[in-house]
Amino acid sequence: MGEFNKPFDAIVVGAGPSGNAAAYVMAKEGLNVLQIERGEYAGSKNVQGAILYADALEQIIPEFRDEAPLERHVIEQRMWTMDDKSHTGMHYRSDDFNEEKPNRYTILRAQFDKWFSSKVKEAGALVLYETTVTELVRDLSGKVIGVRTDRQGSPIMANVVVLAEGVNGLVGQRSGLRDEVAPESVALAVKEMHFLPRETIEARFNLSGNEGVVIEAMGTITKGMTGTGFLYTNEESISVGIGCIVSDFAETNVTPNELLEAFKNHPSIKPLLADSECKEYAAHLIPEGGYKAIPQLTGAGWIVVGDAGQFVNAVHREGSNLAMTTGRVAAETVVSLTRKREEMTAANLAEYEKRLAQSFVMKDLKKYKGIPELLHKNKGNFFGTYPRLLSQAMQTWFRVDGIDKVSKEKAIFRNFRETRSLWGMMGDAFRVVRAWR
Amino acid sequence: MHIVVCIKQVPDSGQIRVHPVTNTIMRQGVPTIINPYDLFALEEALRLKDKLGATVTVLTMGPPTAADSLRKALTFGADRAVLLTDRYFAGSDTLATSFALSMALKKVAEEFGKPEIIFTGKQTIDGDTAQVGPGIAKRLDYNQLTYISRIVETDLDGGKITVERRAEGGLQVLETKLPVLITMLEASNEMRRGSIENALIAARADVVTWNAEAVGIEDLTKCGLRGSPTIVKKVFAPTARTEKAEIVEAEGKADARAAALVEAIFAKAPAVESDLLEHAAQHYV
Repeated sequence: MGEFNKPFDAIVVGAGPSGNAAAYVMAKEGLNVLQIERGEYAGSKNVQGAILYADALEQIIPEFRDEAPLERHVIEQRMWTMDDKSHTGMHYRSDDFNEEKPNRYTILRAQFDKWFSSKVKEAGALVLYETTVTELVRDLSGKVIGVRTDRQGSPIMANVVVLAEGVNGLVGQRSGLRDEVAPESVALAVKEMHFLPRETIEARFNLSGNEGVVIEAMGTITKGMTGTGFLYTNEESISVGIGCIVSDFAETNVTPNELLEAFKNHPSIKPLLADSECKEYAAHLIPEGGYKAIPQLTGAGWIVVGDAGQFVNAVHREGSNLAMTTGRVAAETVVSLTRKREEMTAANLAEYEKRLAQSFVMKDLKKYKGIPELLHKNKGNFFGTYPRLLSQAMQTWFRVDGIDKVSKEKAIFRNFRETRSLWGMMGDAFRVVRAWR
Repeated sequence: MHIVVCIKQVPDSGQIRVHPVTNTIMRQGVPTIINPYDLFALEEALRLKDKLGATVTVLTMGPPTAADSLRKALTFGADRAVLLTDRYFAGSDTLATSFALSMALKKVAEEFGKPEIIFTGKQTIDGDTAQVGPGIAKRLDYNQLTYISRIVETDLDGGKITVERRAEGGLQVLETKLPVLITMLEASNEMRRGSIENALIAARADVVTWNAEAVGIEDLTKCGLRGSPTIVKKVFAPTARTEKAEIVEAEGKADARAAALVEAIFAKAPAVESDLLEHAAQHYV
């Protein structure tokens, strides 16, 4: 059994987008990689909306479009502000998105992750499924030198452990590398998959071939909580879901299920799902704390990627691309250290953070670092008052009832002022601009 | 001792979806598992290995992706995995399957030693025929013990084995000579969780892969669809029943509740009431 004592170059904990990206890049570069996944297969435990952003994956597997299981490429984005009966929409649709190498796709994670995992194995990594890493093993100096699993036997050693373990970061927590995720920094999202014939989907959303539509919605649908709803078109199904910050759920006592039922029955959503058959439901946590919630990312012998590092851009609904990018960058850091025969010390692994700072990942998260707190503190206005005011203004404006337009304008402004003081509105506007910059 | 366990990769019936539009089974994306009955067979083999020392070979016939199931069998502690795969085997019924597997087993005997015991599950969850095990035993001229719930004793020196067999109306205790093919009954044991070493060995292991030619099959008309006299004529989804079950709620003592139930039945089906009254008038008055 001597060969088991030879340490791996790297152990990757988890087989989601970040773990697969990290394991793939390291294995492809010739490192001796072990990846450990608790699910029965990669994707069996993973939940997402889900949108795949091509760019991040293209940098890892350039020819992925030829083989990955993709549903539809997105040609239209609808942004909806909703009150109880209406939505005000901004839609952007462009034939430019029908390009040869489309930019965004809807995917089904169970299938996509399985494919990604098969690429990891092809690249030469050893992958263990149905095995849970329980804790990290350290030497006397505190450096992480391996992992223990829930299977009987000796610990497995490695020069570095890449923690791609997902939003909860349980291994990191148990090993004292990080705190528990704060309920204010994480959203709970629930979703359902509704099946429809592809012709129905195409007719209903004005699509042809593999074109797809994405709807992102905010407003009174979250009952005053910080959150958003979504609806994505897949090949023969529609993913519909909604999510809010966990601490808001605790405060309001609204259940995620009620929220989703109400969203599905909203007059703007209901006809889109008509006659469909719900075949699947799922729930997942999404790290939405942004820049300020990012835990310590590196230390002696360990490095954190993906959701475990809170790498989600909540404003733009991006996550899997940040996961793949952080996985890739971590892998490249480990590869270059291994090549130079350098130790995986805290100082050397800090190179990962330097590289991330230069990438869109940290730049974007930094840009929006004030947003989570701003929304949290003003959720009543942003997810209730303003959407309601907007709907009322639209209705006043578009309803033809013999009242002159000047009076209508005045009525709209009066409504705004009376509901939310001028100072209050200006203050919110100022805070949004400041948080956005 | 050499033990071979024949397993089959099957779609996870708990996760099969029927296409809502075409009513056909959606195989794509449905996870596959080791036929659950075969796990009892594998665990029994591993217990014999622990007790008496043995080499355990797992064998399956299927598409190249069936290697996943073999690898999983290795994580439980099997020593060697053999995959019999060839496009000529596609569409095999139980006759063609038992032929191909028996040829593979002859090759296993040549390469790795003659197995004293061949284990299988009592049947698969996708075919439910329970014919392949006995078919193999017949073709290899092995004694066969089906629906076995317990191995009582294995006497290697004496070349015999004693088992318990669940039969209608009781439990049979049977003794027979080795070599033997045993099909295991469900709930006869519980599959273990393999150690981390087993998991690593499995992830690294090469699956021995043979095609029809490699196992010496010359007459390809005995294989696959051509060698299968069983024909699936039609697959259909049963139509959903329109009538719904109803729960009758009633308060009070047992006889009051029974009366309420009878009343509810009579209200729904007056013919039942009149029939019963007629019957009573004829026989009891």
